[in-house]
Amino acid sequence: MAALLSKERTIARPGFSRWLIPPCALATHLCIGQAYALSVFNLPLTRQLGITKSIAGDWRLTQIGWIFTIAIFVLGASAALFGKWVQAVGPRKSGFVAALCWGIGFLVGALGIGTHQLWLVYLGYGVIGGCGLGIGYITPVSTLISWFPDRRGMSTGMAIMGFGGGALIASPLSDFLMRHFASASSTGVVETWVVLGIVYLVFMMGGAFGYRVPAGDWKPAGWVPQPEKAKVLITQHNVTPGDAIRTPQFWLLWVVLCLNVTAGIGVLGQASAMIQEMFKGRIAPSAAAGFVGLLSIFNMAGRFGWASLSDRIGRKPTYMCFFALGTALYALVPLTGRIGSVALFVACFCVIISMYGGGFSTIPAYLADVFGTKYVSAVHGRLLTAWSAAGVFGPVLVNYIRQFQIEHGIPKNQAYNITMYIMAGLLVIGFFANLLVRPVADRYHERAVPIGGPHDRRVPA
Amino acid sequence: MTKPTRAIELTLAWLAVGIPLLWGVVETLRKASALFH
Repeated sequence: MAALLSKERTIARPGFSRWLIPPCALATHLCIGQAYALSVFNLPLTRQLGITKSIAGDWRLTQIGWIFTIAIFVLGASAALFGKWVQAVGPRKSGFVAALCWGIGFLVGALGIGTHQLWLVYLGYGVIGGCGLGIGYITPVSTLISWFPDRRGMSTGMAIMGFGGGALIASPLSDFLMRHFASASSTGVVETWVVLGIVYLVFMMGGAFGYRVPAGDWKPAGWVPQPEKAKVLITQHNVTPGDAIRTPQFWLLWVVLCLNVTAGIGVLGQASAMIQEMFKGRIAPSAAAGFVGLLSIFNMAGRFGWASLSDRIGRKPTYMCFFALGTALYALVPLTGRIGSVALFVACFCVIISMYGGGFSTIPAYLADVFGTKYVSAVHGRLLTAWSAAGVFGPVLVNYIRQFQIEHGIPKNQAYNITMYIMAGLLVIGFFANLLVRPVADRYHERAVPIGGPHDRRVPA
Repeated sequence: MTKPTRAIELTLAWLAVGIPLLWGVVETLRKASALFH
């Protein structure tokens, strides 16, 4: 088994098409992207004992909310902790482990739900599943970049688009399964989690065993690496993960990702409530749910679209778009409420959320440009702690500011205005953090081995 | 040893991920249409 999972067994034979790699990455990300659809289980989980309504002993929403929070926190932590290991062992072994963690996480979680032990759900989905999230998220990144050195943004954008797309699949699938399994004595959640765990395990294993890494001397036909000085922010060197976190560039990019995510994740969680409260009486709950669905589509499309665009205009200008346009759009949102324009409100948020997704998908290519490709998975893993921080900071900021406003007499339809201006302010800070990103100093480079040189080994050690 | 990837392999791989994704997008757009009614 160990030999089967070794990186040496995954070196592609001549004639292998690199276009087989994105489907493998999508197979991973479409499964772990289910995390964004976890909220579909919230209400059913509050009536596991009462079945049709909550009764004494049933879990509260505030307790259930921790399942997602723990999973996202562990995602960031495990990506940081295991990034070097993922880089070292190759995509087949790390994809295999991610598949086991994600699938087993569901099964342990189902056991916890079935025996009404919430700690087991936290452990299963939150911790074990969270490890599957973190390891699975970074698994395909360096492999895609090594296969698509000419289209780093597009290739990683395809994979990370899958994370957004995973929720589009999981939400209706979970609804369907719960309705199928529901009975007088069951909400259908336990059975649904068992099915999802098995399906995701199988699908992710398919992806894991499909990954190949390019042979050391492989490069795309006709592609020539850029001369060293041609594009200042695309390095021909590599920076080890240990040295990367000592550079100001890493922490600037950490701030860039954290603020871009904070600005999006807080409103994503409140989108349904926000549109109903800002346009009271005009938006039914079903339409609000439709709005959330539309945002998911733009989240997914933005991941592919903006990352692909970054291949043409550069990573730094792409993030400048995010921050400049995002600032303007957030500042515009209160006006849409004042003039009562639902269409303009929806348009603003669709673009904002597309840039939220684009920020996730463009960052691996940005890291490869700044720190080199050899350790990009490990560096990416450490940078994802910014997502963990934003995952806590963003919703807290939005919810607490809204609550503060309401408690001080601000009408509900105006309670989000200050939040929008604060988000715009955060994006201004992000703009300047991105502006300050410069090439990494020579002293951080790992014994300068230019890409394509005689000592370059495309397959990392 | 050269072993070119066959078109059928590429097609099947992309269909395996494309079909569920397309289903998810269609289902989501169907629900999103409520926003415009």
